[in-house]
Amino acid sequence: MTDDTKDFAPSRRQFLSGAAAAGAGAVAGTAASAAGPDPLITEKQPWAQELGAGVDETPYGLPIKYESDVVRRNVEWLTADPISSINFTPIHALDGTITPQGCAFERHHSGAIELRKEDYRLMINGLVDKPLIFTYDDLERFPRENHVYFCECAANTGMEWAGAQLNGAQFTHGMVHNMEYTGVTLRTLLEEAGLDTAGDLKDKWVYVEGADASSNGRSIPMEKALDDCLVAFKANGEALRMEHGYPVRLVVPGWEGNMWVKWLRRIEVTDHAVESREETSKYTDTLEDGTSRKWTWAMDAKSVITSPSPQMPIKHGKGPLVITGLAWTGRGAITRVDVSKDGGKTWETARLAKPGEKMALTRFYLDTTWDGEEMLLQSRAMDDTGYVQPTKAQLREVRGENSIYHNNCIQTWWVNKDGEAENVEVS
Amino acid sequence: GPALAEKFGLGREALPEEIAAWNVDIAPDGTGLPAGSGDAFTGEEVFAEACAICHGDFAEGRDNWPKLAGGEGTLADKDPLKTVGSYWPYLSTVWDYVNRSMPFGNAQSLTADEVYAITAYILYSNDLVDDDFVLSNENFMDVELPNAEGFIIDDRAETEYPIFNVACMSDCKESVEITMRAAVLDVTPEDEGTEAEEVAQTETEAPAAEE
Repeated sequence: MTDDTKDFAPSRRQFLSGAAAAGAGAVAGTAASAAGPDPLITEKQPWAQELGAGVDETPYGLPIKYESDVVRRNVEWLTADPISSINFTPIHALDGTITPQGCAFERHHSGAIELRKEDYRLMINGLVDKPLIFTYDDLERFPRENHVYFCECAANTGMEWAGAQLNGAQFTHGMVHNMEYTGVTLRTLLEEAGLDTAGDLKDKWVYVEGADASSNGRSIPMEKALDDCLVAFKANGEALRMEHGYPVRLVVPGWEGNMWVKWLRRIEVTDHAVESREETSKYTDTLEDGTSRKWTWAMDAKSVITSPSPQMPIKHGKGPLVITGLAWTGRGAITRVDVSKDGGKTWETARLAKPGEKMALTRFYLDTTWDGEEMLLQSRAMDDTGYVQPTKAQLREVRGENSIYHNNCIQTWWVNKDGEAENVEVS
Repeated sequence: GPALAEKFGLGREALPEEIAAWNVDIAPDGTGLPAGSGDAFTGEEVFAEACAICHGDFAEGRDNWPKLAGGEGTLADKDPLKTVGSYWPYLSTVWDYVNRSMPFGNAQSLTADEVYAITAYILYSNDLVDDDFVLSNENFMDVELPNAEGFIIDDRAETEYPIFNVACMSDCKESVEITMRAAVLDVTPEDEGTEAEEVAQTETEAPAAEE
């Protein structure tokens, strides 16, 4: 081990064993040791002689075809139909923190609707001084803000409560995306309607609903509504995608994705929570004794190693290895991520690509050397409240196995000697 | 600090007809309920026509579609059955959700009386009323669902945050054993999702996401 690290170029023998383990594909992936001149260099390649695509070929481009596996995936057995359903962001294959909109997960309750800006209306009613109707154009005339936030489905990792089930970070942790939003603060719009009528705002709520058939109505305490909620119409620089709420969605930083109402059509100031279907039947968390928590809004600190992972095996053999992943918290900023290679016996602190930002995904790296032995990889996030991401056993101790939502447990990947990884639970 | 509220003069006043068209949410205390009524017997007919294809003739659910009745006393079981009767706290939510978002694919097609009748039938299917029960905006608040007291407000700040604050760095445990493997269960879709039909059969052993 110590000897290997001095030698940056692995021996021919190491190279061959690594290639044999991972298959022929690995040969093209390393320049560690050349048996002879590389024809990709010594022979003229077509792309170095012929012409590429013109600038008029692709007015709006998609990723190159060789990246066709970096797509949203569905797990059909999770839901009764694909309309009120979920798909998963390919987080295993992404890096950095910004999620490309085209592969950012979707969760609909009555499908992704097509709503033109011209047909869009936003109503503010209830305990306001003057109920208002806004058009889309009206919204663009209010002062704007830009913020990067993660949106995590309350059910992310929910299938893993009873055990290790789905084999891949995309499926276990991919109900999350992270975008830069542009919009108007909800506070600005509420103040435009006027809140004097509402009186003491401490016990007031806003009820928000979408224009789709499901409506997805949710109650939000006024304190949060006036704090940092955003009525957003742009994400990652462009209009929202249809499936993400075009033309307008609500952004509720740090809180469960269900409350990020898409195709937002109405905001009602009330003196009570509506206790709608999405905050009674759903998005309530049943504990072991049969009682259930309601209004579990914040998403707690969480992390996952995205590579290596079941969909991202180690193909390069022993030697330098980048362990990377994502961490996030709905209660502030990530301050530290630790990584274990032995199932939690010992930990080392990873490097954050950037200091953690409030309610946004944070990228971490552990630049390490793989000795070719089995690993039980784990990551553990910490946030600026002092909260430490728990194990699944710790969560089950408090909640049992039936809470469905809010599973932020430490994930374990078992990496075998061939570099393949599997979703496991450990003692 | 918070700036003084500044008005921009954007938007226009909402008209009463517009508010009435969209403001249809019903509060747990019944606020918002329109005048009307329907009995369980009529509800059975409407349900058979508009709902039973997914939810079953007796609201017991078909295939993977939601079950609306049954599951009494199962909330602390290994596999709880959460229905209107066993889990939902408020009848207002039933009326509101059916009225606004059901039937799936043809929402907002029911009259107020039909929604009262369906709600009455769901109560009957859960053995909470007799088949001649008439539900109306007048007696709506007389009905209390069995799990009305079954919910507590998020208590993570008391039960979890004080104990999830330790980050051991070395010698954290003596041994580590693999106790469960996803590959053994084998329900992850292969490339292109071609395995989906096969794995659908395993759904009873693999707890699915809610819906």
